[in-house]
Amino acid sequence: MSSFFSYLITGISLGSIYALIALGYTMVYGIAKMLNFAHGDVIMIGGYIVFTAVSTLGWSSGLGIFGAIFCGILGCLLLGVLVEKVAYKPLRNAPSLAVLITAIGVSYLLQNIALLIFGSNPKNFSSVVMFDGFSIGKVRISGETVVTIAVSVLIMIGLTLFVNHTKSGMAMLAVSEDKGAAQLMGVNVNRTISLTFAIGSALAGVASILLCSTYPLLSPYTGAMPGIKAFTAAVFGGIGSIPGAMIGGVILGVIESLSKAYISSQFSDAIVFGVLIIVLLVKPTGIMGKKLNEKV
Amino acid sequence: MLKVEDLQVYYGMINAIKGVSFEVNEGEVVALIGANGAGKTTILHTVTGLVAAKSGHVYLEGRDLCKLPAHKIVYLGMAHVPEGRRIFQQLTVYDNLRLGAFSLKDKAKIESNINYVFKHFPRLLERKNQIAGTLSGGEQQMLAMGRALMSNPKIILMDEPSMGLSPLLVAEIFKIISEVSKDGTTVLLVEQNAKKALSIADRAYVLETGKIVMEGKASDLLNDPRIKAAYLGE
Ligand SMILES: Nc1ncnc2c1ncn2[C@@H]1O[C@H](COP(=O)(O)OP(=O)(O)OP(=O)(O)O)[C@@H](O)[C@H]1O
Ligand SMILES: [Mg+2]
Repeated sequence: MSSFFSYLITGISLGSIYALIALGYTMVYGIAKMLNFAHGDVIMIGGYIVFTAVSTLGWSSGLGIFGAIFCGILGCLLLGVLVEKVAYKPLRNAPSLAVLITAIGVSYLLQNIALLIFGSNPKNFSSVVMFDGFSIGKVRISGETVVTIAVSVLIMIGLTLFVNHTKSGMAMLAVSEDKGAAQLMGVNVNRTISLTFAIGSALAGVASILLCSTYPLLSPYTGAMPGIKAFTAAVFGGIGSIPGAMIGGVILGVIESLSKAYISSQFSDAIVFGVLIIVLLVKPTGIMGKKLNEKV
Repeated sequence: MLKVEDLQVYYGMINAIKGVSFEVNEGEVVALIGANGAGKTTILHTVTGLVAAKSGHVYLEGRDLCKLPAHKIVYLGMAHVPEGRRIFQQLTVYDNLRLGAFSLKDKAKIESNINYVFKHFPRLLERKNQIAGTLSGGEQQMLAMGRALMSNPKIILMDEPSMGLSPLLVAEIFKIISEVSKDGTTVLLVEQNAKKALSIADRAYVLETGKIVMEGKASDLLNDPRIKAAYLGE
């Protein structure tokens, strides 16, 4: 029983990271109607920024750590906005296949840049979490797990409040439904899309720090698998839906952790994707996805 | 107030609007009527910047709008109720109205506009927290109009507000358009329901395949034999 509980907690923690990444996919999809396949690689770049700050520049204690975290998040934010400006904005009216291929191109570009600078040998990321965690009965909960869950919950609450209760958040909702109608209300669509990329990428930055602190091996391909899993989580929850991405991410993490523990660690990914297929067969729009009938 | 000069609009190679000029004076209700595909929606979209003109000018109170991005237009006092309503289906009625006031900063002003909209559309007040996509067609039309009124426009463009509504609701919508006009908002009304449109308008323009073929006082057009034959089914 206590081991079940600890697998569950691990799953929730991993799932929170997926959820943070999935938020970026789902928000960008909702607003720009594109799958930003480079999103996972933004995470990897965030990891390297923090790694460089902590291990190369030696910002490894106290204020230094906060500086490193700040640089990592800011770096991801700027990278996301830059990628949107340079690679996606010129394709605003292009067919979606062209945009998709561009996104895949950007993904490889980022991986290759990291390969060029940092080489292919994995780096050992030292955790930025300074807190040792605690035990409940026999169950040991690591500091990383506690921080990951706490940070994710705070971010999700903050994001929900932002989207539903601020002008910029409302503008995002409006653009995601109807760009033309949003413009008629006075919403600047380009600025809203930039803002969405900024938020999504900053969340990727947070996710990267949490991910690398828990799973410390950092390589140019570090972002790929979590990226795909988070994308799966976004689809699972209903792509375009913010609560869907949160729920989808957590469920995915829990399924992965439990199937690793009780079924097979080799098959856990197959099980995760199998569950996705079943959910999509039963409810093609995902758990929280909704499609309203248009009225004439 | 609104002046359109020699407007040319193309969709690729197709010349949808072929040199249209018209004018809407302050306080007027002007109707723009024409058959399916005549180019009415295209004209409204060009006026509010959703579609770019190939040549020609659109002036709002003397200011040329053609170089402005679409999202700036509402700040100049022009609102557009688009064809097919295009309300934000997943948001509540109330949030739709709040978005209608996106261009305003003054909270008290927004509040008083909401009250104004609820006064004209009591049905929206009853359904304030309902998700807009679940409203009936008529209620959605009311919401689209209410949303446009939330920006406190000097001039409002309406694209077929009576489309798909029962005769009773059509009458109600037209009554509200007259009220809005009486409250001092200038109205440019695009309609296929020519009879209703001409009965509340001061003046009207008739559009055929991208050109204005007739214009005049609405009451005159209502009695014109050509209009009767082509648009009033008499
Ligand atoms: N996005 C577009 N791409 C290509 N052609 C278009 C586009 N939108 C409109 N058209 C064409 O331009 C012409 C005018 O269309 P428009 O929608 O302005 O007509 P309308 O008068 O509003 O018609 P309705 O009364 O049916 O709404 C039509 O021939 C239409 O096929
Ligand atoms: Mg039309």
